[in-house]
Amino acid sequence: MLRAAADLAIGDAQGDRVVPPTGFTVWLTVATAAAMTFLAVFALALTLATGRLADRWADSLAQASTIRLSAPPEQMAAQVQAVTTILAGTPGVADTRVIDESEQARLLEPWLGPDLPLDALPLPGLIEVVDDGDLDLEGLRARLRAEVPGAVLDDHTRWREPLVAAAARLRLIGWTALLLILGTTAAMVTLGARAALAANSEVIRVLRLIGARDAYVARAFTRRFTLRAAAGALVGAVLGIAAIVFLPDADDAGGFLTGLSFGGASWILPLLLVPLVGGVAFAATRAATLRALSRFE
Amino acid sequence: MIELDGASFSYGDGPLLDAVSLTLAPGSFHFLTGPSGTGKTTLLRLCYGDLKPTGGEVRLFGADSRHVTRDDLARARRRIGVVHQDCRFLDHLPMHENIALPLTVAGRLDASTGENLGALLDWVGLRERFYARPPELSGGERQRAALARAVIMDPEVIVADEPTGNVDWQMSQRLLALLLELNRMGKTILVATHDLALIRAAKQQAQTRVLRLTGGSLQVAGADL
Repeated sequence: MLRAAADLAIGDAQGDRVVPPTGFTVWLTVATAAAMTFLAVFALALTLATGRLADRWADSLAQASTIRLSAPPEQMAAQVQAVTTILAGTPGVADTRVIDESEQARLLEPWLGPDLPLDALPLPGLIEVVDDGDLDLEGLRARLRAEVPGAVLDDHTRWREPLVAAAARLRLIGWTALLLILGTTAAMVTLGARAALAANSEVIRVLRLIGARDAYVARAFTRRFTLRAAAGALVGAVLGIAAIVFLPDADDAGGFLTGLSFGGASWILPLLLVPLVGGVAFAATRAATLRALSRFE
Repeated sequence: MIELDGASFSYGDGPLLDAVSLTLAPGSFHFLTGPSGTGKTTLLRLCYGDLKPTGGEVRLFGADSRHVTRDDLARARRRIGVVHQDCRFLDHLPMHENIALPLTVAGRLDASTGENLGALLDWVGLRERFYARPPELSGGERQRAALARAVIMDPEVIVADEPTGNVDWQMSQRLLALLLELNRMGKTILVATHDLALIRAAKQQAQTRVLRLTGGSLQVAGADL
């Protein structure tokens, strides 16, 4: 296989002429490889974006907790002060911030509208806690339970886990889509190669009768299909990259779309699809050719 | 060189060849004759490994054709030049590339190929058809080109299936002269033909052995030719 790949890279101009050009399969292979690579670029971008999204969600939610205080209005300030004091003496707490009424109003506005009568609502006191990674959540929870019974520590686990699981599932779907695209490419190239082999069965027969080894005949077909597929893949990759580069800018509400990009060194990844598709075409054509050759003595 | 030792062959409905034995010794010249459909082409195909015997043994340069690897079979075929009845050219290639095809597939094209090819085309009288495509050639030209392709690898054995089947008497004499010249150069020749006049003409010029294939068996033909 490695030797076949090396022979393919070196090429044989005379050998290439032995197999007659087959116009239909040329365009079928190039167009298929281009279309599949274009789709693969998006599948790859989706996979990487969901990976980044999952990491971002996990990181941002993992480092923040919220303490919710339920107390009569007249005791609220004292309770907040008590919690703040506890937090100040707790190792692992990097920062604390009391979420005031105006911020609570802003958070509730999307659901309850701008004219929110906060005075009429029994809003809890909210304190955001940012940890430095060493915070003992269970210890803090026990201390709050003992000293401020109305305080509930929420470390966002019940929000974080489904989000991270959803992102992981999306990432898995992205990889699966990528594999399916490569598999479909292999199937299409195999069909194209088989059509070319069937159309050239007499050529193959003559080549065998005059002493051509299987490797020679396979190389003539494999080289042609691999180069066509690689050329198509290059076109598809360039178009896919261009489409992603020119995706419209999204606002905050479209944060996920903003992330559907490559960025940094990962821009090299869609270009790696070109040799990958070429390799898939090489393996598929070689297998189809050797199978077809076994029918000839 | 090539030996059939009790070789049989069947396409499925009874044996076409039944325990045929034949040895093609180096430098020998054999004619194979017999009625149509008696298996002459099949016997030739056994001789160059295109078919494998259903019984007995065929040895190509000492190797049992049923057990050689596909690569070894390809190598054996480079030592056997075959002139097919229908010539079997690649129509998309010009004549000189068709004739040089055995060298191409064997990776033996080199700087001297052009000169040797020119000399070979002179020998078969096709120099002026160097760039012609196979469909542009007459029957006689095709047969001579097929002979040129068969000998370009300097094979030890030349097998020809009805090489004069589609040509006139003058052209068949020309082809015979080429085959006799190859035999004088030490090549082993096996020609399947219906053309008894060709066989008689050959017998006048060289020592040949005539084999008749009838009823699946091979017999040495007598003076009735």
